[in-house]
Amino acid sequence: MFGYYLNLALRSLRRNLALTILMVGTIGAGIGASMTTLTIFRSMSADPIPQKSSWLFTPQIDNEGPAEAQSVRNISTSDLLPVKLTYTDAVALMRARAAPRQAAMYLTAVAVSPPDSQLLPFQVAARATYRDFFPMFDVPFEYGAPWSAADDGTHAAVVVLSRKLNDRLFGGANSVGRSLRLDKRVYRVVGVADDWNPTPHFYDLTGTYLGGTEQIYLPFTRAIDQQLSTEAGIGCLQRAPGNGWQAILHSECIWIELWTELPNPIAESAYRTFLHNYADEQRASGRFSWPARVALRNVQQWLASNHVVSSNIRMLVLIAAAFLLACVLNAVALMLAKFMSNRSAVSIRRAMGANRGAIFKQCLVEAGIIGVAGGALGLGLTLLGLLIAKGLFSGADVGLTRLDGSGVAMAELLSVGATLLAGLYPGWRTARVQPAWHLKVQ
Amino acid sequence: MHQHPIFSGIHRNKMGAAVIAVQIALTLAILCNALFIIQQRLSLSARPSGTDEPNLFAIANEWVGSAGDPAARVQADLALLRSLPGVAGAYVTNAYPLTGSGSTQQLSLDPEQQRTAPAAVYLGDEQTLRTLGLRLIAGRNFRAEDVVDRGPLNDPHPAGLIITQALARKLFPDGDVLGRGVYLEGQRGTTPIIGIIDRLQVPWTSIGGWGSAWSDSSIVAPFRDVSQSAYYVVRAQPGRLSELMKSVPRRLVALNHARVINRVQSFPQARAEVYRDDRGLAVILAVVCAVLLAVTAFGIVGLTSYWVAQRRRQIGIRRALGATRVAIVRHFQTENLVIAAAGGIAGVALGVSANLWMVSSFATARLPLNYLLAGAAVVLGLGQLAALRPALRAASVPPAEATRTV
Repeated sequence: MFGYYLNLALRSLRRNLALTILMVGTIGAGIGASMTTLTIFRSMSADPIPQKSSWLFTPQIDNEGPAEAQSVRNISTSDLLPVKLTYTDAVALMRARAAPRQAAMYLTAVAVSPPDSQLLPFQVAARATYRDFFPMFDVPFEYGAPWSAADDGTHAAVVVLSRKLNDRLFGGANSVGRSLRLDKRVYRVVGVADDWNPTPHFYDLTGTYLGGTEQIYLPFTRAIDQQLSTEAGIGCLQRAPGNGWQAILHSECIWIELWTELPNPIAESAYRTFLHNYADEQRASGRFSWPARVALRNVQQWLASNHVVSSNIRMLVLIAAAFLLACVLNAVALMLAKFMSNRSAVSIRRAMGANRGAIFKQCLVEAGIIGVAGGALGLGLTLLGLLIAKGLFSGADVGLTRLDGSGVAMAELLSVGATLLAGLYPGWRTARVQPAWHLKVQ
Repeated sequence: MHQHPIFSGIHRNKMGAAVIAVQIALTLAILCNALFIIQQRLSLSARPSGTDEPNLFAIANEWVGSAGDPAARVQADLALLRSLPGVAGAYVTNAYPLTGSGSTQQLSLDPEQQRTAPAAVYLGDEQTLRTLGLRLIAGRNFRAEDVVDRGPLNDPHPAGLIITQALARKLFPDGDVLGRGVYLEGQRGTTPIIGIIDRLQVPWTSIGGWGSAWSDSSIVAPFRDVSQSAYYVVRAQPGRLSELMKSVPRRLVALNHARVINRVQSFPQARAEVYRDDRGLAVILAVVCAVLLAVTAFGIVGLTSYWVAQRRRQIGIRRALGATRVAIVRHFQTENLVIAAAGGIAGVALGVSANLWMVSSFATARLPLNYLLAGAAVVLGLGQLAALRPALRAASVPPAEATRTV
């Protein structure tokens, strides 16, 4: 029976080709617009590290007091807690070892002198961090391994390179054990990290340096010794740090991220208590004159409180949704016209014994075909839209957006669903055509 | 009770009329909000920075290693830059407009620094005003002896400040500015204001973001930036910008190897880049509006055509009874107008509420009334235009149609 409906539907659609094309075009435009924005939105709000995002936590400590934070919302989360830690707090939390895995970190930059002395030195983004960074974030290694916990303790001159930098410096060969001059000082390569770029860049949302992510990792303790300053900006809410590196280290300026892995709810609540006690001790010691306020957020909570999805994209998603709704309404109007222009044929079918249900089903099959075709057109328009969006917008997240299998399925489902919905009323109206009534006219 | 044929026509096609009305409402709501956002973003990205943009470029310089006296190597660079043919001016700084990154100072008039006004800080010397093409409207420029070196590890007290007119008005509403002192963050004692420039935009440009509430509050402080990384801002003589952007970095490297030139960017490039997302949004919204109008128009054509086809007999009867072709056209046009007007009223309400919601969740402003009116006019006009072809077809229905019935 379905084959028969399909046959009838195709014939009917062919009979009124202009109207059919119009309907497919309308649905296609709506699907194209909404899928383009939805795809960008989905990649921006994607889980960057799905296998353990709910066990990775970043602590926040209110070191500035309620009044100060009010004026500087761009370096605070929505609850007015600073987005980063001071050096004092970061070091104190690292020393306390209250989490099974923990790593303080910041973005910096180093000048790399290539082993080939003919080449000029160049600047790359680097991340100063602790050993736990690598196992905590499941960083894959092409060669070698992370440095040891002992290296953190001895402020060792060791580095992990990104695959990209290793290709550039050593032609992709295993460079473990080789030495490398950074800022004119010699470091030993201990590992090469394989391609790894979580999107969004959750562990440091402020830090992209020259449009790229870090290509070198080195021990935090070493970077502090070398006075490597942050490249992600330093937030001084209360007062300027004063002169010199020591002044920055002892200031209330925030510039360091810290992530912990707390593998179960017990560890999480223990760390929460620890964090609160730490802040309370700081208050008791006179550093804070306000009640201790802390937060411990996992990856998803962290991304949400930082409004990672840009407001431009959120706005576009809404406008695209409204646009799709307008397209669906339009399809209702067109289908109404389409089906009703077919009344005489329906009338004959009814007279020859087709019941209302059969007519209704046939109308929905017709709507479904329009939906499938509109979805296909919409997919094409989505690809085009993503291409255009990459040209128009600068965000790295937009650049990485791709339409995957689930996106294709979503586009088709959305298209067929919307068209079937749009076909309900016109179909119902058509099914109510009186048998043989329209034969009288003419 | 007598009912006008137009209303009875709509009454008989309630659902179709309602669909068109809702679609018009939605179109209007999207249209006026989108047009408003487009206008906002375009005017935002057209704001003047206050500088002579077409002839300016910046070189991001980063010193490698710690060899050499930081002040001396910067002085040598500046001497070279200023001696090059085609260079109309050059200075070293921490930031320049249209980049989205810079540093902020909180200024205050009381030593406790209770009430503060934020401003962007640009480091510069006696050549900065001339290089950027800024207009001094009161007071004086820096003198060579005012300018001191500022590195990463020292935070000297400035001899005086040059501030923008906008900041001057905010700090001193009474108008007396020159020679008055302001407190800077972390500094004891006041710093006198020695000059006022008419305009210099802060480096941040995002709508509703950092600096958006004080986009013209800038300070030029008399410091030579000798830190590890800084920018050389160079003004080219007219027509020589692209040539200098290629040759100057080479000359700098030839002078001193211990550096990395991270980027050479002209001010027009900086402007295009920093406003890219705003312009992108405007383009996308414009496309959406155009497609939406087309879709709505086709919807109206389709449904009106259907109504015409459905009522051929009635039209024939009216024609047979003496209605002119014009009367038939007017019937369908008026019918469309009534439906579009109903949709328009709903659309205005929908548009306003959508805007109010966007005001609270995004950094948009209130929708001005004229956008609503213009949007309504466009939508009504579109309806009339779209209905015209089916209406003309209706007018061509011959009076004899009335007789074709059994």
